[in-house]
Amino acid sequence: MDTILSVRKLTKTYANGHQALRSVTLDIRRGEIFALLGPNGAGKTTLIGISCGLVTPSSGHVTVDGHDVVREFRAARRAVGLVPQELTTDAFETVWATVSFSRGLFGCRPDPAHLERVLRSLSLWDRKDSRIATLSGGMKRRVLIAKALSHDPRLLFLDEPSAGVDVELRRDMWNVVRALRDAGVTIILTTHYIEEAEEMADRIGVISRGELILVEDKTTLMHKLGRKQLTLHLQEPLSAIPAVLEDYGLGLSADGMTLVYSFENEGGRARITGLLRQLGEAGVTFRDLETSQSSLEEIFVSLVRGAA
Amino acid sequence: MNWYAVQAIYRFEMARTFRTLVQSIGAPVLTTSLYFVVFGSAIGSRMSQIGGVPYGAFIVPGLIMLSVLTESVGNGSFGIYMPKWAGTIYELLSAPVSTPEILLGYVGAAATKSMLIGLVILVTSTIFVPLHIRHPLGMVTFLLLTSVSFSLFGFILGIWADSWEKLQVVPLLVVTPLTFLGGSFYSIDILPPIWRTITLFNPVVYLISGFRWSFYGLSDVSIGVSLGFIAAFLLVCLAVVSWMLRSGWRLKS
Repeated sequence: MDTILSVRKLTKTYANGHQALRSVTLDIRRGEIFALLGPNGAGKTTLIGISCGLVTPSSGHVTVDGHDVVREFRAARRAVGLVPQELTTDAFETVWATVSFSRGLFGCRPDPAHLERVLRSLSLWDRKDSRIATLSGGMKRRVLIAKALSHDPRLLFLDEPSAGVDVELRRDMWNVVRALRDAGVTIILTTHYIEEAEEMADRIGVISRGELILVEDKTTLMHKLGRKQLTLHLQEPLSAIPAVLEDYGLGLSADGMTLVYSFENEGGRARITGLLRQLGEAGVTFRDLETSQSSLEEIFVSLVRGAA
Repeated sequence: MNWYAVQAIYRFEMARTFRTLVQSIGAPVLTTSLYFVVFGSAIGSRMSQIGGVPYGAFIVPGLIMLSVLTESVGNGSFGIYMPKWAGTIYELLSAPVSTPEILLGYVGAAATKSMLIGLVILVTSTIFVPLHIRHPLGMVTFLLLTSVSFSLFGFILGIWADSWEKLQVVPLLVVTPLTFLGGSFYSIDILPPIWRTITLFNPVVYLISGFRWSFYGLSDVSIGVSLGFIAAFLLVCLAVVSWMLRSGWRLKS
């Protein structure tokens, strides 16, 4: 596997005693979009902070493209772009001045053509001479992305990119992120919006209380943990679930009109035929049926609850 | 060395200076001109010469130092405190830059601005008093050393400060009083012996004395002591800043 970011037994305890990371080990593959999910205070931002040089690790190592982020910080940081969670921008600078500054800061020779491409891809070109203070929140978020892309990073961290961003901009941003991935940039994003991870990510990591409790391909994760539900809308109300159907663990709605069968993907599906046949034999008729699959959000909530 | 980063920081800081030209350069020049009018012309005309130099001319080096010191500390501290306060410092901390690049950029820009102000005041002063500079090279050396070392000192304050109040307190309560008592307006020779001794503990005395020497060949303390003092101060500041940036004190968690 071609690894771009390697995290080894990373631990961080802050001065106030808070243990933000507990021996986290993680490999990020080159070219993937990796979503790091976790509740507030789980350690997502700390993990990013250490990888980018903003936070000093207590123990453990992080390498970017084989370069240790502490000992070979120049080589490591050159490869990394960071879009922080907070909308921290200079107020009085123009968009153009701030992205030019970022490019220089990361040791790259001026390249107006590249900056123009970046600004155009984020629909910021028209605003390049505007002072940042005059931009909306969504525009400022784009400016932060443009700054992070100004030096052509190979690895891009997006810390909560959708926080405070409207739906339209979020879609735009997803397109930008996909285009970056297609261009070979590896992307690590943290998010509260499961929808975002579900939509974008190739792999998903779940972090809770400083521990990485799961890393999985998104599709595998959905497949493995996604519960399905079969809902039957009955012709006539049932007062109780017939005794012959007890094995299925069915749920009956209060009005007796709906039967719900929940099953795991693997074994449960095979039993549907049996259930429907036995319903027929018991004289229960239904007028409609639907199936649904649990979302990543539900999976995530159950995982975090399990870890707590 | 990441020279592009040095350039980027330096330009960024200087751009702020030119964006606020009236406030950055106009204000100190106006303040100093008022000193010339009040102390140099109005009061100075009734005062005797000091060491053969008319009073109005005598105070010029001290007034320049007064501005250069205050401006250096102010610029040096503001340059780094501002991104810390606004949060934009994340970018500097995550960039492939180390102490020399950060200092050349931030402190270099702060010192450049102070020197510019010093030179503008020097030129302005020629309107009020006849002036000649006996040791131009010495003058430039003192101006440069003072601007750089006090911009560094300001940079330290900027990292140390975690509120706007703290950012103001040292310049207002320490730097300004020391400068006023450092012989800007008088020769420390005219003080009673006990006060003269006490004054020698004021570091600013050595700066003003050395700077004045470069104009008139007059000094309260020997020129070697002045140079030695400012060089030592520069080294101490460099050591402190290097430690701060290496350890990430008040910058990283």
